[in-house]
Amino acid sequence: MPAKANILQSILERMKSWEGGLVIILVVVFLINSLVAPNYLSIGNQINLFILSIEKIIVALTMTFLIINGEIDLSAPSIMGLAACATAYLFGQGVDFGTALVVSMTIGLATGLFNGFWIAIVGLNSLVVTLAMLISYRGLARVFLEDRSIGDFPDWFNLLGQKSLVGPFPLALLVFFGLLVFAVIILQYSSFGRRTFVIGNNKDVARYSGVKVARVKLTLFIASGLVSALAGLLLAARLGAVRGDLANGYELDIITMVLLGGVSIFGGSGSLYGVFLSILIILNIKNGMSLANFSGHFQTGVIGTLLIFSVLVPNLVNDFQEAMQRRRRMRQARAELPGAASIAQSDSSGKP
Amino acid sequence: MRFLIRRFQPEQIRELFLVVLIVLVVVFFSSQIPGYFSARFVNRISTSVVVVAILAVGQTLVFLTRNFDMSVGSIVGFTAYFLGQQLWHHPGIPPWAAVLLAIGVGMLMGAINGVLVAYGRVPSIIVTISTLAIYRSFLVEYSDAVPITTNNLPDWIVNLPPLSLFSIGDVEFRLIFGIMVLVVVIFQLVLSYLPFGRRLYAIGSNPAAAEIAGFPAQRMVFTAFLLSGGLAGLAGFVFLARFGNISVLAGIGLEFSSIAAVVVGGVSNMGGSGTVFGAFLGALLIDLLENSLFRWQVISEFWRDAILGMLILSAVAIDYVVIGRLRRAWARAGLQMSVEEAQEKPEVAIHAG
Repeated sequence: MPAKANILQSILERMKSWEGGLVIILVVVFLINSLVAPNYLSIGNQINLFILSIEKIIVALTMTFLIINGEIDLSAPSIMGLAACATAYLFGQGVDFGTALVVSMTIGLATGLFNGFWIAIVGLNSLVVTLAMLISYRGLARVFLEDRSIGDFPDWFNLLGQKSLVGPFPLALLVFFGLLVFAVIILQYSSFGRRTFVIGNNKDVARYSGVKVARVKLTLFIASGLVSALAGLLLAARLGAVRGDLANGYELDIITMVLLGGVSIFGGSGSLYGVFLSILIILNIKNGMSLANFSGHFQTGVIGTLLIFSVLVPNLVNDFQEAMQRRRRMRQARAELPGAASIAQSDSSGKP
Repeated sequence: MRFLIRRFQPEQIRELFLVVLIVLVVVFFSSQIPGYFSARFVNRISTSVVVVAILAVGQTLVFLTRNFDMSVGSIVGFTAYFLGQQLWHHPGIPPWAAVLLAIGVGMLMGAINGVLVAYGRVPSIIVTISTLAIYRSFLVEYSDAVPITTNNLPDWIVNLPPLSLFSIGDVEFRLIFGIMVLVVVIFQLVLSYLPFGRRLYAIGSNPAAAEIAGFPAQRMVFTAFLLSGGLAGLAGFVFLARFGNISVLAGIGLEFSSIAAVVVGGVSNMGGSGTVFGAFLGALLIDLLENSLFRWQVISEFWRDAILGMLILSAVAIDYVVIGRLRRAWARAGLQMSVEEAQEKPEVAIHAG
């Protein structure tokens, strides 16, 4: 019985928090969309809106870990492109397709290890390192394919990307939900997750408490590389053809999903529930705008605005609350001063 | 060694190293490509480096305050397009007004970044990654997919890039290169001598201490973004003059080039160090490499970006490991020298202490 009450209480508390705000936004978006577009609510459209951005939201999961950890991986979209281009290149060279996929995943592992080495072991700033690697990995992807576009992959690969596997769900969506459950368990309910948070809160304190900071960071960057490579291959399977600029510029969308979900860019706080809600919001907004015929660039602009506000609004609310507290404290201090009671009374009588 | 330590700062050694690197690159490619180093090549580099070098100056100001300006690519694209369209429909606009218009539009966009970062306390990477997309979507909506072409522009701006102020032999000193030199010199002087410049370093070195010392940190961060926007506007003007044909894709990727130039040039966004001149050298080195790799037949031109990224990473890594060590050595030697001086002239030390 008490456990149940606790759950209810925690749900109520959550509603007041960031996630609560997200739920309200989601409901509003949902209502507007279903009023504007009649076929919005169909299962086909609901699955379709996931599928159109499925690779981004898969990478958003590992990005959540990294940002909570106080780091960032801007190179993830380039790793997606590199993995897909490597597969296409090897396939074009006549290498067995299965081998090509394995090689690409190995490349994902290697890129993650490389990023992680410079950031976790040497100690460089992740923003600068992954920015440089965003350029480098993209360059390597172009070295593989130059200006060509390579398609004609084996049928099973294209089918996996484009057809439903179980009921109405294609492989990529199942992969996403599988990874989501796994990520929630790891981040929210495992000691590795707790360490991720602790390091994000204060790296030095974590180190002095015996947390192996470098090892956690390295693991996260390797995971990011692997998952990005996987997402790149899924994208290649969905599109059926690969070019050098595959997944170019995805970093904005991915980071927006994570930050709008209430994850602090400074690390140390956030949850995957929030990220999942923000993913739903962004996908539904994009879907609604597509149904209303807004251009892709316009949609990116709207997402950018949303990202700024997702950090600006809490800052302003915080400022406001602090100002209110200060005023309350001032009023109390005035009330305690003898002789100033009349001022305090007239003050409080105005606002009961 | 002591002479060295008295005479140079680690930052200066770093810039010297960059100059040596630039010379080495030129020597290397001269041996690889027949007819590589010529007056024409110097002219080409001095024209193509201008846009990134001007952006790098603005990026330096922002970097010194521990921030990023990722939006410059879109600011350049938007101002270039906007100015091109104004000149198309009002060919009578005089050149000075066109330059001011470009700078003004850029400053407006920089001011939006600055307000959000300095007063809204939103991290700069979030603000400018978003405004990068927002300003680009402005451009797309505003342009209605109608590109600007050289035919639409007045003659003076089309003929601007090859316009030469004076020449030594076949090497020309072109007007737009002159503009860039002016910008670099002015901002180098501002950073070295004006209170504003010194305070930028102070904020970058220790934001908390700068706050306690009473520096208007918020206003200075705002000003840094404002100036970065204005310089991006100026770069947009040069961009329009150089290319003439402006589509909605104009200036994409310039944000990465400018950050690359600044980082290679030794400006740190983690602790208020670096100079405008260093950023210029970084821009020059990258531009030189891009142009040279392009002409080098041995490897495909597609290697350019891959090499560029690795160059940035090695610059950061060298900075962290080598220059960090140099700085510590300098600090130790400085301490030792002051101790020795104190032993030689004890009365001075007492007064100083």
